[in-house]
Amino acid sequence: MTDREPILKVRDLSVEFTISSGGFFGGTKILRAVKNVSFDLYQGETLGIVGESGCGKSTLSRAIIRLLPATSGEAVWLGSDIQKMNSNELLGLRKDIQMIFQDPLASLNPRMTAGDIIAEPLKIHMPNVSKAERATRVAEMMQKVGLLPNMINKYPHEFSGGQCQRIGIARALITNPKLIICDEAVSALDVSIRAQVVNLLMDLQKELGISLLFISHDIAVVRHIAQRIMVLYFGEVVEIGEAEQVTMDPHHDYTKRLIASVPVPDPKVEMERREERRRLRKTAAAAA
Amino acid sequence: MPGLTGKDQVLTDYANKLAVLDAPKGRSLTQDALRRLSKNKAAVISIGIVVLIILVAFIGPYFVPWRYSEVDWTAIRKPPDFDKGHYLGTDQNGRDMLARVLQGTQMSLIVAGVATIVSVTIGVIYGAVSGYFGGRVDSLMMRFVDVMYALPYILFVIILVVMFGRNPVLLFVGIGAIEWLTMARIVRGQTLSIKEKEFIEAARASGAKPFAIIMRHIVPNLSGPVVIYATLTIPEIIIAESFLSYLGLGVQEPQTSLGTLISAGAPVAEVLPWMLMGPAAVLVTLLLCLTYIGDGLRDALDPKDR
Ligand SMILES: Nc1ncnc2c1ncn2[C@@H]1O[C@H](COP(=O)(O)OP(=O)(O)OP(=O)(O)O)[C@@H](O)[C@H]1O
Ligand SMILES: [Mg+2]
Repeated sequence: MTDREPILKVRDLSVEFTISSGGFFGGTKILRAVKNVSFDLYQGETLGIVGESGCGKSTLSRAIIRLLPATSGEAVWLGSDIQKMNSNELLGLRKDIQMIFQDPLASLNPRMTAGDIIAEPLKIHMPNVSKAERATRVAEMMQKVGLLPNMINKYPHEFSGGQCQRIGIARALITNPKLIICDEAVSALDVSIRAQVVNLLMDLQKELGISLLFISHDIAVVRHIAQRIMVLYFGEVVEIGEAEQVTMDPHHDYTKRLIASVPVPDPKVEMERREERRRLRKTAAAAA
Repeated sequence: MPGLTGKDQVLTDYANKLAVLDAPKGRSLTQDALRRLSKNKAAVISIGIVVLIILVAFIGPYFVPWRYSEVDWTAIRKPPDFDKGHYLGTDQNGRDMLARVLQGTQMSLIVAGVATIVSVTIGVIYGAVSGYFGGRVDSLMMRFVDVMYALPYILFVIILVVMFGRNPVLLFVGIGAIEWLTMARIVRGQTLSIKEKEFIEAARASGAKPFAIIMRHIVPNLSGPVVIYATLTIPEIIIAESFLSYLGLGVQEPQTSLGTLISAGAPVAEVLPWMLMGPAAVLVTLLLCLTYIGDGLRDALDPKDR
């Protein structure tokens, strides 16, 4: 894997928010949500990003596609720095990198039909495609993600959560992107549907050869889908490596705690692990 | 393995064709709201009455024997007289009251319609732009609204009359342009909450331009308060028009409006009651019905019931 050029190179990326502490005379505070994050992503690869709520996973992903400005560092997409792209290059970036969001229903415009939602990126990036051609592509894509094409005129509130997320996936795939960022894309789904959607993503990835940045606070799901895992803790990378190695032999205490917090469906093992967790917490407290 | 007869292929094709051909229409949120509205009796009756008033006001004049500016020298200050065709009597100049009420209603409706459309359009776009861009653009745009608010309304209207003269439609384009202030504030507030939704971020992530996001994703989602406010703007403008006509700043003779008719009828209500009754009845009915429609819409669009 190391002999190839990565499609995405992130170097020392930091994102800061200025928070006014309220009131007319209140000063401002600087919150460093992402601190000096570096990683590479190769074509066809899935990199999992894990970390607890508020550790900066979403902020990192939004900085990568320039929905948020980075304070320092760089993100290089196919050789060009995202921060320095002009509007034309940025449009190309928006075609190449798509996102799938956490809340399946909220990420779909309630006033648009499923067909219009899926077709929107197509309208933006390939305005020359005829209406009929667009309709066939949308229908094909719906079939690919496991939706019946005759649901094309339905509105988001008429779909279930899993179906809504499939619409989101179809919207992300319609422009033939090279990278899809899944920000907690399955966290809001029921466990059984979560497995379906994760498997769908894996199948599609195998078929289309796209890369995935799979963000989640659930290390079990990430271990299932990702080849490599990056662990974030308060905006910092504490560990990055092969999924096997990170989950079986974590180096960092925080990763150990994260793995220990995953429940196991065996009461005896779970009991031992609870002991283990307690011990880890104690050593962490002693170290602090 | 495909069967000998190839029936799998045939069936698959058939199923695909069925699936594509027969794409049933979904129920949009608007349709849902309309369905709820249609269950509200008061609102449905009110809509019926308003539609009836609109139809009569615009078609009626062709079936009335007298024109609104025509003087019948044989019937001045006369009560209703069915033989001559003065079904609502005549005024001090011998003009047919029914014809005048119809023309007045027409004028009031046009003025209210134009002013409402102007105020809703300006208010929605201004508010959505201000709310979506936020930051300094937002503060600047909203300070301008505050300044406009501080100017006395009547002063503004007098300036407009001086500028536009006696052209009523133009005048009420002007009034609509003042009414947009509240609309802009409502829309801005709504935009602030809508733009935090994930589907806006999804649109930005897939490369939609700010203007496209405002028009395709924000404006269609404003609905509720905007529709209700628009419905309630219509009666407000009808009243404003009546008030200005009462002061002699509105519509000019021989044209008339509901407000002008009432201001002419009020002083002689004791001796010539028919001059007041007709226009007053139409105005009160219109205002009541529009209020009921506004209430009905508020209930129908209320997200609580979803
Ligand atoms: N627009 C913003 N302004 C100020 N602070 C922000 C902003 N967005 C995020 N933050 C802060 O940055 C930190 C990281 O937030 P982020 O949303 O990236 O976390 P996350 O890892 O995605 O969490 P979750 O798992 O809950 O989605 C949080 O402390 C959050 O409060
Ligand atoms: Mg997040």
